[in-house]
Amino acid sequence: MSVRSLIDITDLSTAELEELLSVAQDIIDRPGDYAHLCDGKKLATLFFEPSTRTRLSFEAAMYELGGHVLSVTGTATSSAAKGESVADTAKVISCYADIIAMRHPKEGAALVAALNASIPVINAGDGGHCHPTQTLADLLTIRREKGRFTDLTVGLCGDLKFGRTVHSLINALARYEGVRFVLISPEELKVPSYVKTTLREGGIPYAQTTDLEGAMPELDILYMTRVQRERFFNEEDYLRLKDSYILTPDKLRNARADLAILHPLPRVNEISVAIDADPRACYFKQVLNGKYMRMALILKLLKEAGRL
Amino acid sequence: MNIDSIRNGVVIDHITAGRGMRLYELLGLGELDVSVALIKNAVSRKMGKKDIIKIDAALPLNIDLIGYVDPGATVNIIRDGQLVEKKELHLPEILRGVIRCKNPRCISSTEQELEQVFKLTDREKKVYRCIYCETKAN
Repeated sequence: MSVRSLIDITDLSTAELEELLSVAQDIIDRPGDYAHLCDGKKLATLFFEPSTRTRLSFEAAMYELGGHVLSVTGTATSSAAKGESVADTAKVISCYADIIAMRHPKEGAALVAALNASIPVINAGDGGHCHPTQTLADLLTIRREKGRFTDLTVGLCGDLKFGRTVHSLINALARYEGVRFVLISPEELKVPSYVKTTLREGGIPYAQTTDLEGAMPELDILYMTRVQRERFFNEEDYLRLKDSYILTPDKLRNARADLAILHPLPRVNEISVAIDADPRACYFKQVLNGKYMRMALILKLLKEAGRL
Repeated sequence: MNIDSIRNGVVIDHITAGRGMRLYELLGLGELDVSVALIKNAVSRKMGKKDIIKIDAALPLNIDLIGYVDPGATVNIIRDGQLVEKKELHLPEILRGVIRCKNPRCISSTEQELEQVFKLTDREKKVYRCIYCETKAN
């Protein structure tokens, strides 16, 4: 890779995470200071898989920095439909833009793009593998809601097998002292063994359960996820598992008063709309925080690439 | 067959008994137009039984591949009938073009001419993972 990209959350050191969080907070406090930092710069958003919020979040982030956006959505209208490789696409887009945000259904596609691009590539989701900027949104939300990353009991609930945001969040939070994970999922959607190996080797405490209500009282954070239809080869398996966990006000009876409920969105039915008014619901704040973190990230990568 | 019988070539010795044929196939030795001997279950004082491969030509071999299949093997380079170099093998950090990722969701399953690359993530348990999707190699 000739320039720095962001493929996986582990590409960022703890100090760099802190730097991004600090810049994002500064953007929140003093947006005017950032409104023209990317004047004349172009972000290419290459989305080969359906996405609304992530693409718009990147585009809004670039516009708020004063930059421009070149957008490709879906394979049907792009050169990928003609069979162009990810490597070639990355080389071509490098001639037009200053930075790329890419989502692709294949795992590892963002790395292939980064290995071939001459501009920074931000992984906006590569299949079920990684989604580091969602993790950045999650981290800023946790920082703003809880004021810390240490000494937290974090419940992750739903599809922990294919849920890329879950794997990235575990990787990010596992660096901090006193973090404990409660992994809540149906048997078929448990976290992959390599994630558990990482936790075991790092001496990070975790528990696995199928019982959301039983785990509820001890949680500081509850991270709900959607069972994603697009990750299943078999429709029957999806239909059997999709309603495994639905968070309702009743299930929050034993939850802490300062619980923070997060969700990477989109939600289908796994969080009842009745929870939206609960002050513990943070998932729409997460969306806004995601934009601030993407602004901070775009600035960082463009500076490191010598383009700012 | 003795090492002495090769003037210029390579002897892969101390192969764990039973792995010789796999190495023979992975190294593509069947396609060579030179004398190649695969000796199975040879008596070994140290190992009890071992396999040996002798190649009667000074060919560059994929040492990483041999290290991956059998890190306990040794590679002996013979020149003018003399043993000139004995290579101790180890598990390579990176494996290029040796094994294929079996994850159908991996970009390597569709991207044109993308090199298959695996990284050693656990030396003790000999775990390699695809650098693209992190799927464990079997």
